[in-house]
Amino acid sequence: MENFTPVSALIGGMLIGLGAVMLMLFLGRIAGIAGIVAGLLAFDGEAKGWRLAFVAGLMAGPLGVGLMQNALPVVSVDASLFTVIVGGFLVGLGTRLGNGCTSGHGVCGLARLSARSLVATAVFMCMAAFVVFLERHAFGG
Amino acid sequence: MRLFVAFVTGSLFGVGLTVSHMIDPPKILSFLDVAAIARGAWDPSLALVMAGALTVTYVGYALALRRRQPLLAPAFALPTRRDIDVRLVAGSALFGLGWGLVGFCPGPALAAVATGSGKALVFVAAMLSGMGFYRHFFERAVVVASRKKKPPA
Repeated sequence: MENFTPVSALIGGMLIGLGAVMLMLFLGRIAGIAGIVAGLLAFDGEAKGWRLAFVAGLMAGPLGVGLMQNALPVVSVDASLFTVIVGGFLVGLGTRLGNGCTSGHGVCGLARLSARSLVATAVFMCMAAFVVFLERHAFGG
Repeated sequence: MRLFVAFVTGSLFGVGLTVSHMIDPPKILSFLDVAAIARGAWDPSLALVMAGALTVTYVGYALALRRRQPLLAPAFALPTRRDIDVRLVAGSALFGLGWGLVGFCPGPALAAVATGSGKALVFVAAMLSGMGFYRHFFERAVVVASRKKKPPA
C-alpha cells in the first residue's frame, strides 16, 4: 500500500463530483466526458460551445495545478506507441457503443442509481482488471 | 455565461483528476492490479476518488434535480433508457480492454495532453478516430435500419 494517497484521492474525487453537480444544476447535462467529446464530432446541430468550453477547462485544470506547484503534473505512459493507438481506439469505440465512460457511467450514472451504469461500470472495471492481470501476472510475470 | 460555467466545470474535473493523480496511467494500473492485494502492494486510491465523486454527485444531483429546470437551460437532459442490451455490455468491455491496456480513460487522457505528453496526444487522436469509426459504421447502420423499417411513403 506504499503508493496509496487517500487524502488527495478523496479531495480530487470531491472536486470531480462538484463539477458533475454544477454541470447538472446550470446546464442540465450529465458530465460524461466521452459523450461530451463525441458531441464535438457530430456534424449536425449538436450544441458545440459548452462542450468546447468544458474540454478547454478540463485541459486548463492540470496547467493550473502545475502553475501552483511550479511543476507540470507527472504523466508517464509505459505502454508502447502501438498499444497506445490500439487502446485509444478501443476506448473511443467502446465508450460510444456502451454510451459512457468512467465519468458518465462510473460517477454520474451510479449517482443516479442507474442499473445500466452499474452494469457498464462493473463490466469495464472487471475487463480492465483482467487485462492488467494477464499483462502483469499471466504473461509479463 | 453558459460557456463560463462549462469551462469552470471542466476545470473542476481537470483539477480533480490532477490532484488525485488520475491523469498518471501507472496510478490507474496499480489500482486495476488486484493481484497486488495479496502482496499488500495494492493502491486503492481510485476507489476513494470514485467514493468522493459519488458522494458529492449523489447528494448534489438529489438537490439539483428537485428544481423544475436547470439554471441556464430549458430542461434537464437525462438518459431515459433502462434496458441492458448487448451494445452496453460489449461497448463497456471494449472500453475496459483499452483502459486496462494503457491506463487512460477519456477525461484523464485529454487532461494529460495539456501536460505535453506525446503519448496522451496519440491516445486522444486514436480515441477520436474510434468515436468517428462508431459514428460512421454503427450510428449510420442504425439510421439505415430504421429507414428500411419505415413503410414506403
